[in-house]
Amino acid sequence: MDEIVKDFLIESNENLDRLDQELVKLESSPSSRELLASIFRTIHTIKGSCGFLGFAHLEKLAHAGENLLSQLRDGKLTLTAEITNGLLSMVDAVRHLLAVIKASGSDGGEDYTELIEKLGRLQQAQDENSVASTAPIPSPLRNGETANQAAILETAADPTKIGGVLLERGQVKEEDLVSALQQQELGRKRIGEILIAQGAAKPEDVQAAQQTLESRNPDTAVETIRVGVNLLDRLMNLVGELVLARNQLLQFSSARHDVGFQAVSQRMNLIATELQEEVMKTRMQPIGNVWDKFPRTVRDLALTCGKDVRLEMEGQDTELDRTIIEAIKDPLTHLVRNCIDHGIEPAEARRLAGKNPMGVLKLRAFHEGGQVNIEVSDDGAGLNSERIRKKAMERGLVSAQQAERMSDRDAYNMIFLAGFSTAERVTNVSGRGVGMDVVKTNVAKIGGTVDIHSTPGTGTTVKIKIPLTLAIIPALMVTSGGERFAIPQVSLLELVRLEVGDGTKGIEMVHGSPVYRLRGRLLPLVYLNRELRLAEKANSADSGTNIVVVQADGREFGLVVEEITETEEIVVKPLGKQLKGISAYSGATIMGDGRAALILDILGLALHAQVVSETRDAALNEKSQTKEPTARKEEAGADRQTVLVVQVGKQGRMAIPLALVARLEEFPVSAIERAGSQEVTQYRGEIMPLIRLSRLVGEESDKIAAGGDTRLPVVVYSEAGRSVGLVVDRIIDIADEKLVIQNPARQKGVFGSAVVQKRVTDMLDVPSVVREAIPGFAESSSARV
Amino acid sequence: MAASQQFCTFFLDGHFFGTPVPQVQEVIQYQTMTRVPLAPEVVSGLINLRGQIVSAIDLRKRLGLKDRLDGQLPMNVVVHTNDGAVSLLVDEIGDVIEVEEEMLESPPETLQGFAREVVRGVYKLSGRLLLALDIERVVDLGDLGKTKSNREF
Repeated sequence: MDEIVKDFLIESNENLDRLDQELVKLESSPSSRELLASIFRTIHTIKGSCGFLGFAHLEKLAHAGENLLSQLRDGKLTLTAEITNGLLSMVDAVRHLLAVIKASGSDGGEDYTELIEKLGRLQQAQDENSVASTAPIPSPLRNGETANQAAILETAADPTKIGGVLLERGQVKEEDLVSALQQQELGRKRIGEILIAQGAAKPEDVQAAQQTLESRNPDTAVETIRVGVNLLDRLMNLVGELVLARNQLLQFSSARHDVGFQAVSQRMNLIATELQEEVMKTRMQPIGNVWDKFPRTVRDLALTCGKDVRLEMEGQDTELDRTIIEAIKDPLTHLVRNCIDHGIEPAEARRLAGKNPMGVLKLRAFHEGGQVNIEVSDDGAGLNSERIRKKAMERGLVSAQQAERMSDRDAYNMIFLAGFSTAERVTNVSGRGVGMDVVKTNVAKIGGTVDIHSTPGTGTTVKIKIPLTLAIIPALMVTSGGERFAIPQVSLLELVRLEVGDGTKGIEMVHGSPVYRLRGRLLPLVYLNRELRLAEKANSADSGTNIVVVQADGREFGLVVEEITETEEIVVKPLGKQLKGISAYSGATIMGDGRAALILDILGLALHAQVVSETRDAALNEKSQTKEPTARKEEAGADRQTVLVVQVGKQGRMAIPLALVARLEEFPVSAIERAGSQEVTQYRGEIMPLIRLSRLVGEESDKIAAGGDTRLPVVVYSEAGRSVGLVVDRIIDIADEKLVIQNPARQKGVFGSAVVQKRVTDMLDVPSVVREAIPGFAESSSARV
Repeated sequence: MAASQQFCTFFLDGHFFGTPVPQVQEVIQYQTMTRVPLAPEVVSGLINLRGQIVSAIDLRKRLGLKDRLDGQLPMNVVVHTNDGAVSLLVDEIGDVIEVEEEMLESPPETLQGFAREVVRGVYKLSGRLLLALDIERVVDLGDLGKTKSNREF
C-alpha cells in the first residue's frame, strides 16, 4: 500500500476517535461553535483526502456528513438526538470503510446509499419543520454569526498562523484579516493569498511572515515522531536481552577480583538499568487511550437502557504498558456496561429513592506502590448480597451453611464466578452471566487483582490493581526439588523461616492438611516439590523450613520451598504451546548463569492445591480449632503467664516461667570448673552446678567449644536456698501472654509447647530437668547444712 | 517436474530421519536443560537459545522409541514451527542430502503408533530409507500434552 494511503488511514482513524468524543460532548453543549468547527474540519479533511486518493464511496459519505454539519455550524439546524445518531452512524460507516481500505486497498462496493439518504433527510426534515412552524427564530442564526465572528477573531490572533504573525507586526489590519478569514471559510485559498489579492498586505510581508512561522514551528515539529509499534517491541526485546547479559556480566565480575573490570561492569549495570527504564517509557500509554471510547459507549448504552448517565473520568494521564492497556480494554468495557445496565437505576427509580435522576459513572486511575489502580464506580443501587447468596445456593456454588456464614464482601466477590448473574432479566447488553468471570481471569492473567465494594443504595465500586509492566518484573528466586523457580513479587507477602527444631513443630495438621500459625492465624501450606511432583530433598527437615507467604485471588497461603535465594529483575518470556496447558507456570526467564527458570503462576498453583478460604475468616478459624477435643481442653486452662524465652542449641526455642528464674547471669567459659563429673562455677561464694540445656536437644553449645572469654548466658534457678545455673545459648525476650499449652510431655524436660510471641516454643520443666541432671538436688542442700 | 529437496538428516535409535532444510533453523550441541515439572513426558526441558526460551522435545519419546542410553548426550535440531522455534533432541546428526520427490512413498502400513502420525513419507534412497518427519505434527502435542496435564495437574 502507498505510504500516502497509510498515513491517511492512521490520521483519519485518530481523527475519528476524537470525533466520537466530540459528538458526544456536542450533545451536552449543542451550541459550541468550537466543537462544531472541529468536527466539521475532521470530516472535511477526510472528504478532501478521499477525493485526492480516489476513494469515491468514502468521499460521498463524508460529503453527506459534511453537508449536515455545515448546516449545524451555520445555525440553520439545531442538534437533536436523531442528528447525533445519524452523525455517529456516519462516523461508524467511515471507520468501517477505512478498515475496508486498509484490508483491500480500495473502498469496496458498499456505498451506504441508505445512510447518505438518511443524512440528507435529517437535513431537510428540520428545514421543513422550521418552515412549517414559521415561528421567527432568527436569534440562533444571529447568535451563530456572532459566535462565528468570535471564532474568527480568535483564529486571527493565533500567532501560530500566518495572519496572527502579520497582525502581530502590524502589517495587516485586523478588520482586513477578519474579512479575509471569512472569505477563506467560503473558498479554500490560503490566507496569505487572499490578503495579497485584497491588497491588505504586501507580498514580501506575507513571505517574511511565512518564514518566521516555519522557523517557529520546527521546535514543535521535532518533539514527537511516529514510530512503529513493532520497532518498539523489538527495542524492548533487545533491552531484555541486554538486561540478561548484564546479569551474567555482574555474576562474572563478582567472581573475579579485578577492580577495573568491576568498575566497568558497574557502569554497564547503571546504563543498562537506565536504558531499560527509558525504553519502558516508550511503551507507556495513558489509560485515556482506552477510556476515550467510553463517552460514546456510555451514551449509546444509556440510550438503549433508557437511563440517564453522566460519565466522569479522573486520571486519564495515568500511564500503563501498551500490552497491559490492550489486556484491560475488554474487562473495563465490560465493567462499564455492567454499571449502566445493572448498577445505575432508571431515572424514575432514582427519583423515588431521592437521588439525582442522572446517574454518575466514574472512572478513576492512579498510581500507587508501583501498581496502577483503576476504579469503576457507579452511584446506583449497589449489590444485593442476599440475592447473591440465594443465587449462589440455587446454582449450587455454595451450600446453605456456607452462604449463611459468608461475609458480605465474600458474597460480592461471588459475582466473579463463572455463570453467575443476578440480573433478573437478560438484556442484550449484559446479564448472561459471562463477563464478570472473564473480567477476573483477564485481569489475573496480567498479574492484577479485582475487588468489589458495594453499599446498598449508594453504589458499587470495582477496584482493579495491575502492574505497570509485564515485560520485566521483580521476582523472588527459590529452589525446590533441586530446580529453580521465580515467584513474581506481586504475589509475595512475606518470608518465614522455621529453624531446625522448630521446623517440624511449627507446622501443624488440620484434618490432614499442613498449616502454620502465622501471628495466630492458620496459614495453609503447600509444598512446592509435592505440588510439582519433584523429588523431596532427603535432609530438608534438618535445614529448617522456608515458607514463602504468597497471595492469590485474595487468599493467603504458604509455599514451602527448599531454599530462598534472592530477588532479581527477570525478563518474562513466553512458553511454547507444548507447555501452555500447565497452569502452574506463567512463563520462563533466563537466569544470570544462562539457564532457563520457570516462573510460577501462584494463582494456578493455588487453584490446583485447592487452598481454601480458612485463613480469611477468623471465626471459621476458631471453629476448626475447637473441633479438636484436646485443643479445647487445653484452651480452658489457658492462663496469662510471664515467661522467659531463651534459645537453646542452634535453633531451639524454650520458655521458662519467670517465677522460677532467680537471676540472669553471664559467665566466661573459662570460669567453668569441675566438681567430680559435674560442671560448676563459683557464684556468690558458693559452688553452683551448671546444666547445659543444649544437651536436652542433643546439641553441644558452640559457645562452650569456643572457650576462653566467650560469655555464656545463664539462667539461675533457686530452690530451698540452693542455686543451679541453666546454660542457654541466648536470652531472647520476656513475654507476657495467655498461653495455651499443648502436646503435654512429648519430650524429656519439657512439659508441653505453646505459641509464645507467635512462635511455637517448648515449655521447660525446670524442676525435672534439674533433678535429672543432679540427682537428689534438694536433698543435697539439706545434707550440706 | 523432477523436484528435489535438501534434507537435514539425523539418527534416532538406528533409524534414519530427515526434515527439509528450510525448516531447520540450526543444529546445536547438547545444552543444559531446565526440567519442566508436570510437563508432558516428551518435553525434556527448556533451553536458552540466545535469550529465547525454547522447549526441547525428545524425539525418541515422541516417536515411541526406546530411551537413549545413560550418558549418551543428544543433539538439538532447532526447527521453525508455526509456534516459534522448537528444539528436537536427536541421537546424532547426519549429512544434508538431496532427495528426489519421486522417491517418496507414503509410510508403510506396518508403521505403527505415533510414528505413523508424524512420518510424512519414506524416501527410498540407495541402500537405506529416509523417514521424512512432519514437523508441525511432531511439535503438536495436542491431546498428548493436554490429557497429561489435566490428569496430573
